[in-house]
Amino acid sequence: MTIADLNLALVMPEIFLLTMASLILVIDAFLPKHLQHLSYQLTQGTLIGTALLIVATSPTGRVLGMDGLFVNDQMAAALKFFIVLIGFFAFIYSRDYLRDRNFLKGEYFVLGLFAILGMMIMISAQNLLMIYLGLELMSLSLYAMIAMHRDSQQASEAAMKYFFLGALASGMLLYGMSMLYGVTGTLDLAGLSQAITEVPKEKNMFLVFGLVFIVIGVAFKLGAVPFHMWIPDVYQGSPTAVTLFIASAPKIAAFAMLIRLLVDGMHNLHTDWQDMLILLSLLSMATGNIIAIAQKNIKRMLAYSTIAHVGYLLLGIIAGTTKGYAASMFYVLVYSLMTLASFGMIILLSRTGLEAENINDFKGLNDRNPWYAFLMLILMLSMAGVPPMVGFWAKWSVLIELVHVGMVWLAVVAVLFAIIGAFYYLRVVWVMYFEKAEDMTVIEAGMDMRLALSANVLLILVLGLMPQTLVALCLRAFGI
Amino acid sequence: MQNVALVIVLAPLIGAIIAGLFKVNRTVAHSVTIGAVGISFFLSLYLFYQIIIAGHASFNETVYTWLVAGNVRLEIGFMIDSLTVLMMLVVTFVSWMVHFYTIGYMQDDPGYQRFFSYISLFTFSMLMLVMSNNFVQLFFGWEAVGLVSYLLIGFWFTRESAIYANLKAFLVNRVGDFGFVLGIAAVLMAFNTLSYTEVFELAKTGQYQQTISIVSGSEWSFITVICILLFIGAMGKSAQFPLHVWLPDSMEGPTPISALIHAATMVTAGIFMVARMSPLFELSTTALSFVMVIGGITALFMGILGLVQNDIKRVIAYSTLSQLGYMTVALGVSAYSVGIFHLMTHAFFKALLFLGAGSVIIAMHHEQDMRKMGGLKKYLPITYWTAVIGSIALCGFPFFSGFFSKDAIIEAAHHAYEAERAGAWFAYYAVLLGVFITALYTFRMLFLTFHGKERMDEHTREHLHESPWVVTGPLIALAIPSIFIGMFTLEPLVFGHYFEGAIFVDEAHQAFHPEHYHGVLNFIGHGLMQLPFWLALAGVGTAWFLYIKRPDIPGMIATRFALIHKILLDKYGFDRFNDWFFAGGARRIGSGLWQAGDVTLIDGLVNGSAKIVDWFSSVIRNVQTGFLYHYAFSMIIGLVVLLGWFVYIR
Repeated sequence: MTIADLNLALVMPEIFLLTMASLILVIDAFLPKHLQHLSYQLTQGTLIGTALLIVATSPTGRVLGMDGLFVNDQMAAALKFFIVLIGFFAFIYSRDYLRDRNFLKGEYFVLGLFAILGMMIMISAQNLLMIYLGLELMSLSLYAMIAMHRDSQQASEAAMKYFFLGALASGMLLYGMSMLYGVTGTLDLAGLSQAITEVPKEKNMFLVFGLVFIVIGVAFKLGAVPFHMWIPDVYQGSPTAVTLFIASAPKIAAFAMLIRLLVDGMHNLHTDWQDMLILLSLLSMATGNIIAIAQKNIKRMLAYSTIAHVGYLLLGIIAGTTKGYAASMFYVLVYSLMTLASFGMIILLSRTGLEAENINDFKGLNDRNPWYAFLMLILMLSMAGVPPMVGFWAKWSVLIELVHVGMVWLAVVAVLFAIIGAFYYLRVVWVMYFEKAEDMTVIEAGMDMRLALSANVLLILVLGLMPQTLVALCLRAFGI
Repeated sequence: MQNVALVIVLAPLIGAIIAGLFKVNRTVAHSVTIGAVGISFFLSLYLFYQIIIAGHASFNETVYTWLVAGNVRLEIGFMIDSLTVLMMLVVTFVSWMVHFYTIGYMQDDPGYQRFFSYISLFTFSMLMLVMSNNFVQLFFGWEAVGLVSYLLIGFWFTRESAIYANLKAFLVNRVGDFGFVLGIAAVLMAFNTLSYTEVFELAKTGQYQQTISIVSGSEWSFITVICILLFIGAMGKSAQFPLHVWLPDSMEGPTPISALIHAATMVTAGIFMVARMSPLFELSTTALSFVMVIGGITALFMGILGLVQNDIKRVIAYSTLSQLGYMTVALGVSAYSVGIFHLMTHAFFKALLFLGAGSVIIAMHHEQDMRKMGGLKKYLPITYWTAVIGSIALCGFPFFSGFFSKDAIIEAAHHAYEAERAGAWFAYYAVLLGVFITALYTFRMLFLTFHGKERMDEHTREHLHESPWVVTGPLIALAIPSIFIGMFTLEPLVFGHYFEGAIFVDEAHQAFHPEHYHGVLNFIGHGLMQLPFWLALAGVGTAWFLYIKRPDIPGMIATRFALIHKILLDKYGFDRFNDWFFAGGARRIGSGLWQAGDVTLIDGLVNGSAKIVDWFSSVIRNVQTGFLYHYAFSMIIGLVVLLGWFVYIR
């Protein structure tokens, strides 16, 4: 092996991010109190730099690096870019929130950067172990981010639950990987894909066992029913600034993991994992949409909404065509943008001493501030999938792919659940526009926050009107 | 020329946006909109000069392609020829005058800026309509003027009657527009294109589907179907029988609007449209007969209704209906150019009459009942004399503009009658008799308002005075063309080649030939010896006798012919029938469906299923206990189910 085989240029974004994160960690420890905002600015600068590097290293085809452990393709570049973008926005939204609650510390940003690094590794992993390492780097950072607010009982509880259940899921994933290795004798995804075709019939059971465990590991990260139990508690218990981060970017990484494992690695077992995913998807759409109706806490409601969205996201993968995968990718990107902005709205309405986490806190928002009410209106309509919002196009694209492969029944069921789901999104709209505000406090926020949030929502609006660019990006990611 | 056209169209739109959407004060609102419409007017003059006098070729280009679906192109484009520039001049000039007048009329109104915004928006919409080079943009303008008309009729939206009137106008126009949009669809079906020039070219060469079978078993001429459908649209917009019912009620809007929209411009959109479509209408004598009969009915019977009205604006409104009927007859007898000629003269003198009525209304403190007026001549001299000019022009006295256009219409109808075209006899007698009626109601109005005993109360009388110059100025400015425009434009418009290339008339239908024209004086001399002139004189004489000499007689006639009087007051019962049959029927069906379908079936189903989901949701949420081991347990169950699925089921 020579240094050229490492193809280090390919890994530049990750290397840059790692270096900067370590640097910020050290610098932050020595910064005097009045200069602490520097670590925030350095973090954002790092993200911008990483994004630029991602664009610069974006390949046209499929390139391997690090002696075959690392892969870079169009999908990887696009997903990484979005993760960095979402991280950038998430940090803008969190800053005021953290400062108001007195735990604006450099660690938060450093942990965030490490989590992003973990996600980027997951996306580009070409080896089972790499996937696992990326996953753990991301997860451990997230556990710590939740627990950072250590005086809060709720946050500690959420962190503990997430940690234990996450450990269980990681264990299962690792167990599944070991079974695959036992049968095929390789950890490389491309090799695995090849080896699976040569597995003799009598050993097929082991393969399927491994597959089940792996699907469970991914389903846990995505939050598909019945591996979803952590989501409501963690979303609600974590400080909103952290929830916003957990709810958005990691889903993109989990999607990438799913694609790498099931599509790149085990496409030959398609009929097997398709059935499992159908089951998970149906349960997720049903549970998410129905339980969300009963929620009064908006963070919890959004948690169940996430579960439902995961159900829809899986539909494109179930279809099993490249267009279907592209539709799912479109869905997950749109979902992340919407979730990011929704939690951003919650942060915006919160202030010292008030967590605006009940749906009732949105009462009469239109009277208090029509612009924010309008932004939230767009978000809720988009989440519900009302045309011409981008949420509609997301649902449309996965459903049409299902129809194309002849699974009309599943598409019909999905639409029915979407109708049920519209109820709780529209309820938020209802309280904003048709109920009297109980609290007329002026909503204050920094200029950067207001601009970023408006830009975030307007991006969603524009994407709804002109979805072609993003659709084309997703299609290109799968070589169409 | 494209840029000039764009500025003409967009200037009023920008004016409307500034006055309407930004919180500007009154002075800014009227300066901006008057400036914008002024620009449009002078640029229209420039285009008129370019095309008519300097003799440049007419302009026809697409500015923007909005959508292409298959071979259907939805475009914005302009077609500027002799017909268009004439309409543009009329629209922008009258609109401009009305803008000035509004400063005085709406002085104390809280909705001042909104009003200016609307009328500028109207000017934009109307220009889009007349300048269009395709059916889609025509339809856009058509609907846009309808919308602004709706907004303006209900301008005083706190008045119950205004809301009723604008809803009525909107609904009746829906009927017409339904026909119109079907007509456009039929054009697309027959010709496979929506561009004027292409459609006309194909129509001329006969390259289109000749027949259509709507009811199975009978083949109908496609072109007749198209023309009648398009004309149904014109019937709604130009208030032709039986879709005329909205126009009298539209007088609920402020008077400047009645002048601009409901007399001079918007209601003539239907006339303009048929003239524009002359290459199509010329192909169907059936459709033309339909057009002339409808026009005849409107011209005669709506004029008669004007005789019993007491509201000064309503008299003029019925007069407008009747005059629109005249124009429609002109279209029906293939004298499109004469229709447009009358459209133009009518725009000036009818706007003048409306604005004059508005001036009276201002002086009378918003009293519109003529029974409470009388003898206003000495208080409002300028208003009086301009109203006299308008009235004489309307009756069609020689030398005044209305004379030329009206005589030409009657002449054309007579020509069609002699050519024995179906329905022409009716149209001819209707317009002939209409002359007498017109003179009678016009002078009745003039006498009741300005002459005779002063019937207003003391308080009003003390405050009577002439209106400010922003009101009288436009009156004078409109009075001048009301007198002179006819004699100068008669030759080119009616006998000459002005409309060559814009309007197409079959040689057999041609009523006016240049060789028959021997000067204006000759035309007048000829007119003096004809029946219409003497009928008009008789009408004025009758009015004088009934309302000045023996004011007691009208009451006696009303009691003697009580039944006829009642029918006329009831406007032939159309409103009553529409209210009972269409409005009432729709509401009965609606409430029936609501009760049976919505409340019982749908609500029961929806609320029932919503309740079930809600209940289910509240039960199932209990699964989320909050205990870590329950969560882990659920994961294990999931694992077991998935494994079991593969081991045992597959």
